[in-house]
Amino acid sequence: MARSLTTRFSAFALAAALGTAGFAASAEESLTVVSWGGAYGVAQKKHVIDPFQKDTGVKVLFEDYSGGVAEIKAQVESGNIQWDVVDFEVIDLERACSEGLLESIPHEDLPAGVDGKSAAEDFIPEALASECAVGNIVWSVVFAYNEKTIGGTKAASIEDFFDTKKIPGKRALRKRPQVNMEWALLADGVAPKDVYEVLATPEGQQRAFDKLATIKDDLVWFDSWSQAPQLLNDGGAVLVQSANGRFYDAIRQENKPFVIVWDGHVYDLDAWAIVKGTQKKDLALKFIAYATGSKPLAGMPDVAYGPTRKSSMPLADPTAAPHLPTAHLDKGIQASSDFWADYGESLGEKFNEWLLK
Amino acid sequence: MSSLTTTEADQAASARSKKRLTAFLFVVPLLAFILLTFVAPIGSMLWRSVHHPAVAELIPLTLVELQRWDGTALPDETTLNVFAQELHGLAKERLSGKLSEELNRAYTGMSSVVKSSARRIARIETEQLATQGAGTLLKAHGNWSKPEVWYAIKRAGAVYTYDYYLTALDLELHPEQGIQVREDTQIYLQLYGKTLNMALVITLFCALLGYPLAYYLAGLPENRANLLLVLVLLPFWTSLLVRTTAWIALLQTNGVINSFLLSTGLISQPIEMLYTSFATVVAMTHILLPFMILPLYSVMRGIDPSYLRAALSLGAKPIPAFARIYFPMTLPGLSAGALLVFIISVGYYITPALVGGTDGQMISNIIAFHMQRSNNWELAAALGSLLLGLILLLYWVYDRFVGASNIKLG
Repeated sequence: MARSLTTRFSAFALAAALGTAGFAASAEESLTVVSWGGAYGVAQKKHVIDPFQKDTGVKVLFEDYSGGVAEIKAQVESGNIQWDVVDFEVIDLERACSEGLLESIPHEDLPAGVDGKSAAEDFIPEALASECAVGNIVWSVVFAYNEKTIGGTKAASIEDFFDTKKIPGKRALRKRPQVNMEWALLADGVAPKDVYEVLATPEGQQRAFDKLATIKDDLVWFDSWSQAPQLLNDGGAVLVQSANGRFYDAIRQENKPFVIVWDGHVYDLDAWAIVKGTQKKDLALKFIAYATGSKPLAGMPDVAYGPTRKSSMPLADPTAAPHLPTAHLDKGIQASSDFWADYGESLGEKFNEWLLK
Repeated sequence: MSSLTTTEADQAASARSKKRLTAFLFVVPLLAFILLTFVAPIGSMLWRSVHHPAVAELIPLTLVELQRWDGTALPDETTLNVFAQELHGLAKERLSGKLSEELNRAYTGMSSVVKSSARRIARIETEQLATQGAGTLLKAHGNWSKPEVWYAIKRAGAVYTYDYYLTALDLELHPEQGIQVREDTQIYLQLYGKTLNMALVITLFCALLGYPLAYYLAGLPENRANLLLVLVLLPFWTSLLVRTTAWIALLQTNGVINSFLLSTGLISQPIEMLYTSFATVVAMTHILLPFMILPLYSVMRGIDPSYLRAALSLGAKPIPAFARIYFPMTLPGLSAGALLVFIISVGYYITPALVGGTDGQMISNIIAFHMQRSNNWELAAALGSLLLGLILLLYWVYDRFVGASNIKLG
């Protein structure tokens, strides 16, 4: 009996060892890349993931997440790293980087653009601002209306968003202080360049909450960008906030009668970063260098996100150009990741308190 | 009859202990499972809410210096010099960001101050900082000359702290006045109250809807009751998300209910139902109803109908007979159902997040905010621990007045 047990046990151990060996062998050539899914994910799969797999033979596990730092923090703290490369919103990036959750990326190793300009010249400066990441797209938070439900007066400016007399009906915003506080101040007449300075003062925060309070009864809150086009489509709200690419995709792919209003848009970057402690740092660096090359980035305008390399624009679909955030920079402001690293938590609490009032 | 001999007694004892061991071995997998997936996470959560060594590990020497500080004016130059040197070291090891995050939690706005100061200090030699650190620091940012900032640093440096519990109760520790109501934001007590209130309303609705249905089912012949029970269980087997989104489709402005009411001419304007606490209550009542019906049904099935018949034949009117004979016998099922529904709804997250809008928020949504967005896991842990404590307290009260042994799940 004892003997058979030992035999069985050693057989099991052997199988387990073989299993891990097989696993380790395949692990060498696979990379887990995490991004946002949706139309953006489809574009990334087509222009970045698939060509990378084809060119290098590396298997890429492409997964979705919904932003935030929680999962990465859990992985780094437990030492059980599941994700290698993550597509970050820059608002979250600053915090993740400063908390030591990300590897640093040597920017000088990035390849030159197709036109021969060095990476430092080719990228827009914001894309290389963080030592932890390389920016890949410029996207923007905008609002849009539906031609079918808006009625006679169309919305044209951020003031209109807060003017329920001019445009009656519900407005939908994402349930968080980010962007909404900025919009409130812009609509209240604060100059775009002063928004974050004003918002850093208690009076400025009160001013933003007061402005939001003027339309509080007409506000609908949602939790994920994917809910936004739905709200606009079924008439849940007249004016709806979302990422510009989500609206663009609904307009282009599903022929929805949506119109994007660019006034007061808050633009931000997305960036590729590497989770600290990953076993595949070299491969991850290789992936990021590839993914932020001129050609893969030229595919991003498919979903109306602007490439961060100047050399990508000539390669991109020209019909998308007027729909990119980069074509409307004069009407918007850049989201400040420094500001939100400082005030994200305290304003988050105040925002929730205000919601309950 | 003689008593057992010593050998026989030993044999019996060893047989017994062997049986016990076998029984225990059967339980081991479950025990390990519960320890790993239930006790350990809750334990680590409780631990995290009071144990917070991050700052103490980052700036140990400064904290030692701060021990001498009386807390009124600015700390002396030595302390500031030591801090400047430690900040220099952290900046070189790319750890200053971690400190900035931690201090920002203790004093809003410190994140950028620490980062910019660290950049400035990283350019200066350590030896120089030993004497001129204080000056550099004060020049780097005005915040370093505020005693409140240093008080916050000292508090944040405590390895064991109850500060997160204070925050979770809308309190704060003032350097002079001691514990007081938080000046900045007061939100958590309100949310706890609201959560309990919602859970109570949902439990009540579940009982009101579930009791008659269970009563009806218990009175039916077995095969028909089983058929109808499937209808109760069918939504129970459907995915939670599907059921919640179905409510969105029903309740939204141009949804099924509003279009129906509009077409019949009962209303001229669509009613706002989605994204209110009404929507949360309706959707959660629907989702949790089986938890009420099933224990009620199984308890009612076990009640002998002859009791009620006896009461009636002895002259009791139907309503008093029901209230005094039948209803008390169903109490174990009712309390089991109510307890299940109440406890589940207190911690509910997805449904309020999807259909609750502004006033349908519950405490779990803010815990999720601190886990996912603000990254303040310690506060999330404190909030969660308080919620756990609250439920245990309610359970204890329940046990005192109703008796936990009365609960019957089937």
